[in-house]
Amino acid sequence: MKTSVDVSAHREGVEFADGVYWVGALDPNLRTFDIILTTANGTTYNSYLVRGSDGVAVIDTVKENFSDEFFARLESVADYSEIKVIVLNHLEPDHSGALPELMRRAPQAHLYISQRATSMLKALLHGEADLQYTTVKTGDSVSLGDRTLAFLHTPFLHWPDTQCTYVEEEGVLFSGDVFGCHYCDKRLYNDLVGDFRFSFDYYYAHIMRPFKKHVMDALKLIEPLHLKQIAPTHGPILRDRPRRYVTHYRELSTSALARSIGEQDRSMIIFYMSSYGNTARMAEAISEGASSIEGVRVSLYDLQGGETDPFVDLIEEADALLFGSPTINGDAVKPVWDLLSSLAVVNLKGKLGAAFGSYGWSGEAVRMIEDRMRGLKMNIPVQGQRVKLIPTDEELQDCQDFGRQIAEVLVGKPQEKGVIDFADLA
Amino acid sequence: MAKAKITFEDIEQTVSVPAGTRVIEVSERIGAGIIYGCREGDCGTCMMHVLEGWNNLTEPSVLEEKVLKENMAGRHDRLACQAQIIGDCKVKPA
Ligand SMILES: Cc1cc2nc3c(=O)[nH]c(=O)nc-3n(C[C@H](O)[C@H](O)[C@H](O)COP(=O)(O)O)c2cc1C
Ligand code: FES
Ligand SMILES: [Fe+2]
Ligand SMILES: [Fe+2]
Repeated sequence: MKTSVDVSAHREGVEFADGVYWVGALDPNLRTFDIILTTANGTTYNSYLVRGSDGVAVIDTVKENFSDEFFARLESVADYSEIKVIVLNHLEPDHSGALPELMRRAPQAHLYISQRATSMLKALLHGEADLQYTTVKTGDSVSLGDRTLAFLHTPFLHWPDTQCTYVEEEGVLFSGDVFGCHYCDKRLYNDLVGDFRFSFDYYYAHIMRPFKKHVMDALKLIEPLHLKQIAPTHGPILRDRPRRYVTHYRELSTSALARSIGEQDRSMIIFYMSSYGNTARMAEAISEGASSIEGVRVSLYDLQGGETDPFVDLIEEADALLFGSPTINGDAVKPVWDLLSSLAVVNLKGKLGAAFGSYGWSGEAVRMIEDRMRGLKMNIPVQGQRVKLIPTDEELQDCQDFGRQIAEVLVGKPQEKGVIDFADLA
Repeated sequence: MAKAKITFEDIEQTVSVPAGTRVIEVSERIGAGIIYGCREGDCGTCMMHVLEGWNNLTEPSVLEEKVLKENMAGRHDRLACQAQIIGDCKVKPA
């Protein structure tokens, strides 16, 4: 018979490996998290305690208003005077909220955080200005006698400060938000709780997805570990076949496009909107020009016929993004802005961008789109292409050249360049 | 006014600028690969690697030094939103 677990029935710590306890809090009523996430059944703030022969460590705390539950569970398994080490793997308030009070109750404890966390610590805990701490990175460890905490530097998952902590002797990885999800279940363990696959993937898609490269770097450190259990800061403790979740993270972070078109080809996507077909004609000419360059795969999309979510997926994997919009009342059209304001979940850093469009008299749209793309950290190597009303054959030729030029930059063909004078730059 | 040349290695482009210009002002207009967050020397996003002419950029301030350290900068890394060009140099995104 399956042992039943119900952590909502008591306020005690739960031992899930020898000397390793869950001392977290349940938040079953939460429905929105960090503005950008929803959750159908709340979340948990998982805090952990490790007891070694030479002292006790607390790994992460909880959101401030859940402090009572956290301290009650903690007190059930350790005395404050025994706490020698506090580790914060991530300083977001949902995990650092109870830190000031914990430090007051265990003033002898020493805090371990990542280098990147130091400036955040100060900005979060204004009152406790002279908090003592030690910064740690991969290769560093702290001994609790017969238990050792080893640190893994895993930045940007999903803040600059994030790290993981591994208890070597028990094979337990305290992974922070990595491998976590907003899913509150009093049965605590992945093999006992309900079907949380959706919540797990949803959490990845909204929190980790913009940082796929960093996920891959972190996996290089995590995969070689002997993993018996993964203990994230939200959602179930992954005690049953934890490696499945590591493999799943790798799959989620691997480019699907590279698998289907091959690593060498570069992908360019041209999005456009057009009322009388002028910007559409430009888009086609640009596409034709770009397609003439070997190694560039061009896709052309009319924004009128699409939905945002699949376009976001396409954008994530593209190497160059072109947006075409007519100027309507001094602005680019709304579908362009809708798409350009839906990209917070993907990493655009360093992708090439370009804008184009037909206009009647003032033609602001192209410059505004370029500014937005710069704001999104894209590179704009070629100045946008504007055509007054109906493009002439000559202007369509210019559009072809424009497409070709961007495609050449994309495949790394050097352009003819002399020294530019700063004064000539727009 | 004194002039200096800055080369962005990633796009192989050289720009002639008035001495004292910040790297950010040039790299943004030319579309080099250095990227920006806060634009005021706080976040470390704009870290760049100085390939040549290290001494031809203004000295980092104490605050810049601190941010560089926090972001685990290498020996020849600078913040492009802070460094001002005072002589010829060559940079690329860090
Ligand atoms: C999911 C998430 C992503 C964040 N991304 C950034 C970011 O890219 N840059 C930044 O400066 N701060 C970022 N932050 C930090 C918030 O801006 C910061 O916590 C802020 O104090 C929240 O303000 P509020 O209390 O008004 O919501 C992020 C926070 C969360 C929760
Ligand atoms: S852009 Fe933030 S430090 Fe330069
Ligand atoms: Fe977080
Ligand atoms: Fe969190």
